[in-house]
Amino acid sequence: MNDVIIFAVISLSGIGFAAAVILYFVAQKFKVIEDPKIDEVEEALPAANCGGCGYPGCRNFSEACVKKANNDKNIEGLNCPVGGNEVMSKVASILGLEVEAQEPMVAVLRCSGSKKNAPKKVEYDGPMTCAFAHNLYQGESACPYGCLGLGDCVEACNFNAMYMDEETGLPVIIEDNCVACGACVEACPRDIIELRNVGKKSKRIFVSCVNEEKGGVARKNCSVACIGCGKCFQVCKFDAITIENNLAYIDYEKCKLCRKCVEVCPTNAIHELNFPPRKIKPVEPEKPAKIKETENKQQV
Amino acid sequence: MKTFKLGGVHPAENKISENKAIEVLPIPKQVQIPLGQNLGAPSVPIVKKGDEVKTGQLIAKGEAFISSNIHSSVSGKVLKIDNVNDQSGYKRPAIVINVAGDEWEENIDRTDTLKKNITASKNEIIKKVHELGIVGLGGAAFPSHVKLMVPKGKKAEVLIINGVECEPYLTADHRVMLEKANELLVGTKILMKALGVNKALIGIENNKPDAIEHLSKLSKEYEGIEVHPLKVKYPQGGEKQLIKALTNREVPSGTLPIEVGCVVQNVGTALAVYEAVQKNKPLFERVVTITGKAIKNPSNFLVRIGTPISELIEACGGIPDKTSKIIGGGPMMGKSLVTPDAPIVKGSSGVLLFDEKESKRVEEKACIRCASCIKVCPMGLEPVLISQLTKLEMYEEAEKNNIMDCIECGSCQYTCPSGKPLLDYIRLGKFKVGQIIRNRGKN
Repeated sequence: MNDVIIFAVISLSGIGFAAAVILYFVAQKFKVIEDPKIDEVEEALPAANCGGCGYPGCRNFSEACVKKANNDKNIEGLNCPVGGNEVMSKVASILGLEVEAQEPMVAVLRCSGSKKNAPKKVEYDGPMTCAFAHNLYQGESACPYGCLGLGDCVEACNFNAMYMDEETGLPVIIEDNCVACGACVEACPRDIIELRNVGKKSKRIFVSCVNEEKGGVARKNCSVACIGCGKCFQVCKFDAITIENNLAYIDYEKCKLCRKCVEVCPTNAIHELNFPPRKIKPVEPEKPAKIKETENKQQV
Repeated sequence: MKTFKLGGVHPAENKISENKAIEVLPIPKQVQIPLGQNLGAPSVPIVKKGDEVKTGQLIAKGEAFISSNIHSSVSGKVLKIDNVNDQSGYKRPAIVINVAGDEWEENIDRTDTLKKNITASKNEIIKKVHELGIVGLGGAAFPSHVKLMVPKGKKAEVLIINGVECEPYLTADHRVMLEKANELLVGTKILMKALGVNKALIGIENNKPDAIEHLSKLSKEYEGIEVHPLKVKYPQGGEKQLIKALTNREVPSGTLPIEVGCVVQNVGTALAVYEAVQKNKPLFERVVTITGKAIKNPSNFLVRIGTPISELIEACGGIPDKTSKIIGGGPMMGKSLVTPDAPIVKGSSGVLLFDEKESKRVEEKACIRCASCIKVCPMGLEPVLISQLTKLEMYEEAEKNNIMDCIECGSCQYTCPSGKPLLDYIRLGKFKVGQIIRNRGKN
């Protein structure tokens, strides 16, 4: 009986020892030398793994940071939109570098084709995903550029920063939660959502339309479409507005937030966000109350 | 009786308009001729605003290899070259022509006499087919001259003429086989000459006994043409299914039928080839079925390309009340139209009007793992798996499961007892996987 136990113990410890020796040499041979900074950088990151930086996850981003810091002695072009400047300066200090403060961004919905503004023309009963509907046809309203309202962006958002407004049929961006990771921008098949800078005191002016059709056609299908009339272009003193394919676009880097374009837009397609109420009320008694309401909601 | 083995379904046939002879639809006041009518690259316009055009005049050139020429279907003045709504509601470039009279190009033979004698040589035939803008009229609108140019190292052995018309409701091909049988057979001979084959098989499902009888009788005069009745089964009109049914050859995944020595052409295409080669007539009109249970007068019309679909419906007695969907194509593969003002294109085989009851989707329920979709898939795929992979955005995995082999016949969705939108997701998946494959090529 004892023999059996002794034999078992000796043979098993023998195998164990042999395995340990093999493992030791294998581990030496195939050792992966990893920069300890990668772990440190990863620790500093928010661990959201959202992909907003352009890398699949936080680990890959920290690897990229360390690699670039070692090669080029800077980490320009690498930015974690979720953590913002705070996290990026932390990362830089770990790597012994300095970073310029990046302007924070936020997602902006460039369509106001709500159920009221762009009435339904056809009924859709296919799968409820924008990606499919976009491939299939123009959408329930007659605007082939506007929001389909099936919520792929809301589905893509990992930060609870979006929800669908049942009343308007458009997604709403909750600015406080938005980290500008760009997931919704990727998800939208019609490139309606854009990342724009937050601006001073979150004040922003933008054209809330992406329709490139001729003015008359666009207006027929949606009462708040940009018709490419060029009034905003004429009134802008800072060359911030360009008009291409019947569509105005405001460059947020050049815009000085003077709000002149908002006043002249005949279709109210240019939206202002988070501005204090105007001192002198514009002489437009029929300016729809709806837009104000949506402004309060910080929609678009 | 011959048929393909794998999968397939048999939906209610509903060939309401099969006894209605082909009528010539009056020329509309205005036509919109889209520039992207064929599979492949869109054509480039060669006329400009204000130009006077004649019927049959070349108005847009297909410059890429897989592309085709477009000819004016009417005579009149070019109003504009602009973006107009297509069947999906998107704006696509088209040539809009205001009609004035009906003056044809002089070199088109407008007589009805049958020209049996084929004088054109092989290369001349292919050149004619290319120049006169012939595309596959079965629905996909693949440029026919590309099919006729057999790539080096391959050999065409047999020509297959597709007279199956397996889609329910549609009867355009059926009427062509009955009314233009001789022209069709000469067209087949021309195609045989172009390919250098001495055998042609015409496949017809046996729900068209009159067409089978008529063609079998006439084909005795033409050497090498055989007519084969086939068991009724959808999607027998699919190229690969038809090849399997008639020759028992299987086209390998990701290849064209020429791999197994076959070339498939639709009966409508054979007729168009006859008219192009023997009569010099470009492809600017085609037979279209307008049908539906509620419609007053279901018909088969010979329609000029670019005619608004609404005009066809008007000629049949207008849109019936309660119509909730207008479908371009057949009920299995067609797409519902956003607007009936969209034009008829070379690939339009039918227009179908459905009422609410017929068009309503079944409410989607959970999959019960019955494997019906797998059983009916004619390509041997697992529709439930690939649609689920698409839903989960696992496109690479979907590609591994051969999503690109799907012929989009819709048998899976038709048969699913849980009403799952299988084909819809597979179509989305095919689009996404196609994008991935193209990007891979670039890198």
